Amino acid sequence: MRTILFILQKEFLQIFRNKTMIPIIFVVPVIQLIVLVHAATLEVKNIEMIVIDKNLSQTSRKLISKFEGSPFFKVKAATFSMEEAYNKITNDEATVLLVIPEDFENRLISEGKSNIQISINAINGMVAGLSNAYASSIITDFNKEIIPDIVTIPDKSLLAIKNINITNSYWYNPDLNYKNFMVPGILVLLVTIIGLFLSSMNVVREKEIGTIEQINVTPIKKYQFIIGKLLPFLAIALFDLAFGLSIGKLLFDIPIVGSLWLVFGMTIVYLLVVLGVGLFISTLTNTQQQAMFISFFFMIVFIMMSGLFTPIESMPDWAIEFDRINPLVYFMRIMRMILLKGSMFNDIKADFYSLLIFAFISLGLATWRYRKVA
Amino acid sequence: MNNITVKVENIYKSYGDVEAIKDISFTVNNSEIFGLIGPDGSGKSTIFRIITTLLLADKGNVNLLGFDVIKDYKKIRNMIGYMPGRFSLYQDLSVIENLNFFATVFGTTVDENYDLIKDIYLQIEPFKNRLAGKLSGGMKQKLALSCALIHKPEILVLDEPTTGVDAVSRKEFWEMLRKLKEKNITILVSTPYMDEASLCDRVALIQNGEFLNIDTPDNIIQQFNKKLWSIKTDNMYELRNDLKNYEYTETSFAFGQMLHYTDKRKNVEKTEIEKFLSSKEHSNIKINMIKPNIEDCFMDFMTK
Repeated sequence: MRTILFILQKEFLQIFRNKTMIPIIFVVPVIQLIVLVHAATLEVKNIEMIVIDKNLSQTSRKLISKFEGSPFFKVKAATFSMEEAYNKITNDEATVLLVIPEDFENRLISEGKSNIQISINAINGMVAGLSNAYASSIITDFNKEIIPDIVTIPDKSLLAIKNINITNSYWYNPDLNYKNFMVPGILVLLVTIIGLFLSSMNVVREKEIGTIEQINVTPIKKYQFIIGKLLPFLAIALFDLAFGLSIGKLLFDIPIVGSLWLVFGMTIVYLLVVLGVGLFISTLTNTQQQAMFISFFFMIVFIMMSGLFTPIESMPDWAIEFDRINPLVYFMRIMRMILLKGSMFNDIKADFYSLLIFAFISLGLATWRYRKVA
Repeated sequence: MNNITVKVENIYKSYGDVEAIKDISFTVNNSEIFGLIGPDGSGKSTIFRIITTLLLADKGNVNLLGFDVIKDYKKIRNMIGYMPGRFSLYQDLSVIENLNFFATVFGTTVDENYDLIKDIYLQIEPFKNRLAGKLSGGMKQKLALSCALIHKPEILVLDEPTTGVDAVSRKEFWEMLRKLKEKNITILVSTPYMDEASLCDRVALIQNGEFLNIDTPDNIIQQFNKKLWSIKTDNMYELRNDLKNYEYTETSFAFGQMLHYTDKRKNVEKTEIEKFLSSKEHSNIKINMIKPNIEDCFMDFMTK
């Protein structure tokens, strides 16, 4: 026990003597939360739009103001020249072009229907898809509103449309505030980066400067060494989680519905997985550069596939299968469920057990490999 | 107690295709300074790493004070002090922090064994709050030795402790080893410097993973049974070429500003060599018969 305490004391001394460590501990969470939460937004707002209104009628103006009134579109210019409009699209000055034909209002009144044209620059597929969806919903809305204006005696089919009213109610995130969704995800990212990088760098550093030789000839037991290496980073990562949660609460006012104890308890289990992987990488490599690259490679793959940015359900089948071994998926789900839904232990039991199994495997591998080196 | 402290029997170790050491056997007696002398890459560190339980031999047995390095490695780690060739203490910890850490890891305290390290530690004590990485080369070695001694080991294994250390510190370091030997500590030391060989009680000359000879430095020198000449002329470059092509040359090695030369003929006289060199138009020829040192012996063994 005394030995472990001394190893811990030594590790902390070294960590805090390392001048880059303090910025890493304090700056990383702030930057990640503030920058990433804003940058990694899935919402598309202020889509720039060009309007060619050849009709210039009351109805066409109503349609345009409907677009203007939505938060998604911003009418950037109105013109009558098709050429000019296309130029603006190709020069990336606008994304969407709305063309209202001359006979728009007339046909609407005489025939009960009319066409408009919407062209979307689809270089960014996601923006294009969302623009289309937003535009469609605006037009549907518009349709319903103008029916009473243009049809004096509505026929039955039109009435049917009116009668089906879809109202949405979004659970756990009623305002569809993407920050509520992103912040827990970014916190997972934060804990992973701190845990994985610090631990994978640490043992390999001892190898690089040769101190591991001196340690290996001492009677330090394996478990003492591993605990001595794990606990400091566990503490730092937990501290960073608390720090990150505070920023999330203060800056973004994210809801913390569930129990904080549960959050931290789950994080400890997850960190055991991450630190185990880090130590394992450490035992496989001989230089910090190698450790860095391997950690980085796994980080990128696991983060991209974790469902932080894109839902796992929309990934191909093989990716969904792969994600069974991605600890980030489990922890991300746990964090979102506790923080946003207020899930209790029973609700996240399955994910918890999965993480526990990962922890055993990664720590087991790290301990096993460390002996071989010694 | 048995007088033999370290017993190494027929050990082999290969790294891939490279045979680092082949069939190495030796014994070290209690409180003896045993030197492994050989050039870089000859296998000195490999032998030491096997003895200190850091590396497993492919074949063979190693026994320290009756304990096997494989079965009883835990006991052995408590009995040995090891100083690797590279400075391997924590550079970001201070002198006193390093000492305290290694003392605790071995389940002891600095005070408990202070008398053993006192002589060495007193020299670095003025810098005890300085980070180990900021010490000079000689002081680093003293700190490393203190850390290796802090748990009162019975066997001290020093891998090239004087490499890269200035001449004065080297001399001091060997004096310290002498004092430790008096305190009944068995010392295994390796060095690429031939001149340090005479400071050991017994030495093993090693080359390409094989021992050339194991004996006391005096005996090794006595085994050199030929006449050794030291030759100098105005044109050393030509001298080397000429001697290389001389029919009676057995060995000729550059040695500082001199050339050390042995002749194939049993009883060659100075005048005969002089005559040959004069015929090759050398001027200022200086030829002296000298006593061989360890390096001459090493060269001699190498060519055999």
